[in-house]
Amino acid sequence: MIEPKYHPGEEILLDYADGSLAEPAALVVATHLTFCPWCRRQVAELEAIGGALLEDEAPEPLSPECLSAMMARLDQGSCPEPEAARPLRLPSIDLLGVPQPLRSYLDAPLSALDWRPVARGMEEVDLGLGRAPVRARLLRLRAGAVVPRHTHCGLEMNLVLAGGYHDQRGSYRLGDLVVDDDSVDHRPVAERGNGCVCLNVTDAPLQMTGGIRRFITQRLRW
Amino acid sequence: MVDAVPLDSPFAGAAACPWWHMRLAADVATLWAMLETGLTDRATQGRNLDELVLAVARERSRPAFGALFGHFAPRMKSYLMRLGTDAGQAEELVQEVMLLVWNRAETFDPAQASASTWVFTIARNKRIDVIRRERRPEFDPNDPALVPQAAEAADRAIEAGQETARLRAAIGALPEEQAELLRLAYFDDKPHSVISAERGIPLGTVKSRLRLALDRLRRLLREPV
Repeated sequence: MIEPKYHPGEEILLDYADGSLAEPAALVVATHLTFCPWCRRQVAELEAIGGALLEDEAPEPLSPECLSAMMARLDQGSCPEPEAARPLRLPSIDLLGVPQPLRSYLDAPLSALDWRPVARGMEEVDLGLGRAPVRARLLRLRAGAVVPRHTHCGLEMNLVLAGGYHDQRGSYRLGDLVVDDDSVDHRPVAERGNGCVCLNVTDAPLQMTGGIRRFITQRLRW
Repeated sequence: MVDAVPLDSPFAGAAACPWWHMRLAADVATLWAMLETGLTDRATQGRNLDELVLAVARERSRPAFGALFGHFAPRMKSYLMRLGTDAGQAEELVQEVMLLVWNRAETFDPAQASASTWVFTIARNKRIDVIRRERRPEFDPNDPALVPQAAEAADRAIEAGQETARLRAAIGALPEEQAELLRLAYFDDKPHSVISAERGIPLGTVKSRLRLALDRLRRLLREPV
């Protein structure tokens, strides 16, 4: 299996490992980890640093009743959760190809989701995660489809789940996680053969920058 | 087979067994005395933290759990309070984390992570769950879609158990401004830009100091002993 070439970068991996990354972005990172042994190792190392920092913390004295409350709870909940008591949620066979943890956020196979058209050759499924303006969605591009030229007011994370796409900086395939900020002005094009399915998170609406769309955006602002 | 579970087994039902309550009270009294005299910390040093978790997994050992509680609970309380949780809620959360330690001890794998790292990840996830009310997305090591590590050579240079001790020594040897930023990154839920504004340090400097610190610690983890 081919390992991804594009990674989230150290700062985002640190935010994921220390727990400060919000759920939509954490979902993209964690799904990339399924494809990427290299980033899994980075995260394991960052967690080990977290463990060492916890060890270094100056102990904060507990209230006198904390221990007795703990032992009482231990007594109530001392049985390990039995396997059978956990809800048995077997994924549908069609869902098995979808990597975790994304799979646990979907209730139907990719092909059966409620895809809505957003632009020519482009459809989306909103995952309904996070608070506006953050959006997490699946994007599906038809083979050869072109996303209109745009830039980002904030951050965009895009993880390739099937097929691939390219822009002027490179081409992206299964498991690649591309992070773009407002310095990037690009016009992604889906692979000719298969098109592309991506997990996409943005924290601000896109800004169109090409030709007539730039004109429209500017007119709207004035 | 009513008698299949011996009375003194941790699996014996508490309701059917008043003797169990007496033991519980005795446990609390002993452990409290240990905590007050700082004995657990000394006991913990004598007995490796990893072994204590394994003892909980194998024998449901209450003394081992008590020693883990004595060691980790006050540190976790401090960690959670730094992140803005008040003392009462921090103790509540600490108990929930330690309950998970008790219930999930079987899943602890000392080859993967040290006990401190394992507890850190449980505390981190519990905080996301309770305080932020969010799920914590994580990859599944048994996922058929998981791309495995290519070569055995990529194995860790040092054992997970030694990792924490080596890292602590290395963190202690970092320049103070780097160690401070590292603690802020892990224990304050603040973006780097906010840290930069609060400390009056340019954002680029915050990032480069943090990177220097992480690079140094990473190199240490990859060096053979």
